[in-house]
Amino acid sequence: MTAPSVTGQATGSSLTPVLRLVTCGSVDDGKSTLIGRLLAETDSVPIDQLEYARRTRRGGSTVPVGEVDFSLLTDGLEAEREQGITIDVAYRHMNLPNGRRVLIADAPGHEQYTRNMAVAASNGDVAVLLVDAARGVRPQTHRHLTVCALMGVRTVIVAVNKMDLVEYDHATFESLVGIVRTTAARLEVAEVLAIPVSAAAGENVTRGSDLMPWYNGPNLLEALSDWKPSSSPASTAFRFPVQFVVRADGNFRGYAGTVVSGHVEPGTEVVVADSGRTAKVDRIVTFDGDLERAVIGQAVTLTLDHEVDVTRGDVICETGAGQVQPADRFAADVVWLGEEPLAHGRSYLLVSGSRSVPATVTNVRHRLDVVSGHEHAARLLEMNDVGRVEVATDRPIPMDPYSLCRDTGGFLLVDRVTADTVAAGLTRHVMRRSFNVVHQAYEVDHEARTLLMGHAAKVVWLTGLPGSGKSTIADAAVRRLHAMGVHTYVLDGDNVRAGLNKDLGFTSEDRAENVRRVAEVAKLMRDAGLVVLVALVSPYRSDRDAAKDLYEPGQFLEVHVDTAVEVCAERDPKGLYAKAAAGNLPNMTGVGQSYEAPENPDLVLTGTGDVDVSVQLLVAAILGE
Amino acid sequence: MTALAVPYSAVLDELEAEAIHIYRETAAAFRNPVLLYSIGKDSSVLLHLALKAFAPAPLPFPVMHIDTTWKFREMIEFRDRRAAELGLDLRIATNLEAVEQGVTPFTHGTHEYTRIMKTVALRDGIDRYGFDAAVGGARRDEERSRAKERIFSLREPGHRWEPRKQRPEFWRTANTTLAEGQSMRVFPLSNWTELDVWRYIQRESIDIPSLYFAKPRPVVERDGNLLMVDDDRFPLRDGEQVQMRSVRFRTLGCYPLSGAVESTADTLESLIAEMESSNISERAGRLIDGEGGGSMEAKKAEGYF
Ligand SMILES: Nc1nc2c(ncn2[C@@H]2O[C@H](COP(=O)(O)OP(=O)(O)O)[C@@H](O)[C@H]2O)c(=O)[nH]1
Repeated sequence: MTAPSVTGQATGSSLTPVLRLVTCGSVDDGKSTLIGRLLAETDSVPIDQLEYARRTRRGGSTVPVGEVDFSLLTDGLEAEREQGITIDVAYRHMNLPNGRRVLIADAPGHEQYTRNMAVAASNGDVAVLLVDAARGVRPQTHRHLTVCALMGVRTVIVAVNKMDLVEYDHATFESLVGIVRTTAARLEVAEVLAIPVSAAAGENVTRGSDLMPWYNGPNLLEALSDWKPSSSPASTAFRFPVQFVVRADGNFRGYAGTVVSGHVEPGTEVVVADSGRTAKVDRIVTFDGDLERAVIGQAVTLTLDHEVDVTRGDVICETGAGQVQPADRFAADVVWLGEEPLAHGRSYLLVSGSRSVPATVTNVRHRLDVVSGHEHAARLLEMNDVGRVEVATDRPIPMDPYSLCRDTGGFLLVDRVTADTVAAGLTRHVMRRSFNVVHQAYEVDHEARTLLMGHAAKVVWLTGLPGSGKSTIADAAVRRLHAMGVHTYVLDGDNVRAGLNKDLGFTSEDRAENVRRVAEVAKLMRDAGLVVLVALVSPYRSDRDAAKDLYEPGQFLEVHVDTAVEVCAERDPKGLYAKAAAGNLPNMTGVGQSYEAPENPDLVLTGTGDVDVSVQLLVAAILGE
Repeated sequence: MTALAVPYSAVLDELEAEAIHIYRETAAAFRNPVLLYSIGKDSSVLLHLALKAFAPAPLPFPVMHIDTTWKFREMIEFRDRRAAELGLDLRIATNLEAVEQGVTPFTHGTHEYTRIMKTVALRDGIDRYGFDAAVGGARRDEERSRAKERIFSLREPGHRWEPRKQRPEFWRTANTTLAEGQSMRVFPLSNWTELDVWRYIQRESIDIPSLYFAKPRPVVERDGNLLMVDDDRFPLRDGEQVQMRSVRFRTLGCYPLSGAVESTADTLESLIAEMESSNISERAGRLIDGEGGGSMEAKKAEGYF
């Protein structure tokens, strides 16, 4: 997590002080040698580390002992040093002679690590892409270009390395660069620069080259020193995600955050994008005194001229045409990072800036072949895949297109159980603004219906293995409630699958969608005033949690019908366990798929106990006794 | 070359803003964060940045010092003075059991001593107070194996650091969610260099212990290192002579494990000049990781900061 400066504008004619660089290339293209030389020749490496690179040799090195093996300067963790490969992004710094700081994110060269490449490129202003002059452009080159373009890298410097092996030949250089430029043009990379280098000999790295008089452009160091964003910045719209509400003596209330796009001054009218409330900026507070203006990249605290409700995660932005509207459906590109594939219908935590909100991937539109650029139909995305998806959030949130601002257009998807980051998402466009689906309020509302019904409405979610006794208990409980004058309905898994959900199977994705739909239907029925009993295996905790998230506390009861799998298999009322045992039901819960028992159910009923006792407990819980 | 130049201060501004952003994220996202305060220059900068991040409000979380009981005396005086001046909620964690058992840097190997007095004490301190995030001053430039360290670095139950579980970091967005038993280490100075720290101290007039400045101090030469005899617990070996020499320290820790460098740099200006001309990585002076580049990684897997 580093602060990208790419959406920023160089203020006036000055240079951006910190340049974020991503380096990429296939294994053995000479990336370590090139970066190592750059670091060494800009005095960015301590002397003892240089000494180490002079003394130490690893297998296959052709550099004579006594000379610096530059590739050793960029070594990382013990394990991979032994294997001689780089498996994770490494971060380094470089001091340029003009005072500019370069923060390098060094991405590994192995092709299976698209995700690491994406991490490294996510903050990059500039990419240095290595091409081996002797081996030519390779599939990896296209992959790296694609990921750089996807993640919003503005400038790609193509370093055609090992020019010494092709006798510093101009034509070879031009033909390789031509291929790269074609791909870059298709990907709409803003700027491409090509430099012929020899990392080993030091040609065109930090000095020019007499051996390539046909090249008049800058050497690599010059290119990095002089870099400026080529085109006008993508966005100058003011964006300020609130991280922290500062309260202090004397009724001080300020909103702390970083300006991630545009700028702001006292007196500027702003809007809290989430709520639509407007206010004027009163002060821009910092430890060192108030500012007259805050620009992109500055971490400040804003106070507003009057009280408006602002909480962590809200985005304060400019009013007018540059305002961002909340929405709850987005089309996005995602880079899948998780070891488990993407499951649509499953609820993840969407984290964007300081905000997190439950979200589901409702559809996978296609998978992108990052080498050819082709889009393939896909239902799933697996680790290192890139694809276009549709995302639905639980409540409307303001998201910018990623091309406008990385911080307010990018998001993470987080697994709700393991807390792992499973995807990085780039918002492409809003699919449904919440103002298109304004929630219609009706006079006769839930309260009114509840009054007429004479009892509270509730959703009771019975989860458990097939054959555990969910339907039996639900049936008996509903008979009891009905006799008491309580209006009920049972949503039974099997019955729903015969109609509403007959398009769904039993894979984990389809199960997630099954649960989602049942939860939404139950919600409507509860709103209508009914006590709804759901009898559904719903084996996955995350799916049930997503269902629960639709409800306010007290509206939803999770009930675990806890019966040993042996007992269920023995009973086997629908003959499912027999089929599974015969190998005809690969996705049978308890046999082929696991069942994740609730961790904190509101009630546990034993499916082998007395049904009357279970009913009594259940009815008491429903009526809140 | 290029006509335009970048003032150093502009680089510091960006690093500062990044650190403040990280602080605010930490304070808001975690239930019970703590600032690990080790009294050195990096900690002084960390503390200064923390004050900046939440101004005009005070620091919203406590500060913890892992006290091995072998710190330089001046460090402890400095710590207590700063804590009083700033009104810090200071917690001190010491492995008292080990102190009672007589664990000292002289009786135990440096690796074992560090594990017992620092790593174990840190883990116990975090557990005792129930901290779920601990902010530290580690920088990526300190050692090669740190180059892959995240800003938000995840610890598994038992404070284990698992390279494979580390979360990818995109943009300014951090995944601060914790699963059962997990905790976070947070490094706002990740992208800073040692020189940045010094330049920042200079620019912001940050108070640091005077041990960083050269002064005649009582030292002995042992195994090629200059060690300061800070109190009478330092057992002299046969033939060792305590001499007064003008020395300073690049890093501050336990005095028997902190090698001094001979120097006459007694001001920030002269110190920065001396450092710019020497350009040796600072850990070279720390005895605890003399065993080669990867040893820090092994210690981290055990839960060392
Ligand atoms: N002839 C020649 N060899 C090079 C050049 N750059 C790197 N190499 C060699 O290519 C091999 C791979 O280099 P390395 O930097 O480890 O590649 P990486 O896997 O991309 O980091 C090593 O044997 C280098 O010595 C170059 O400019 N010319």
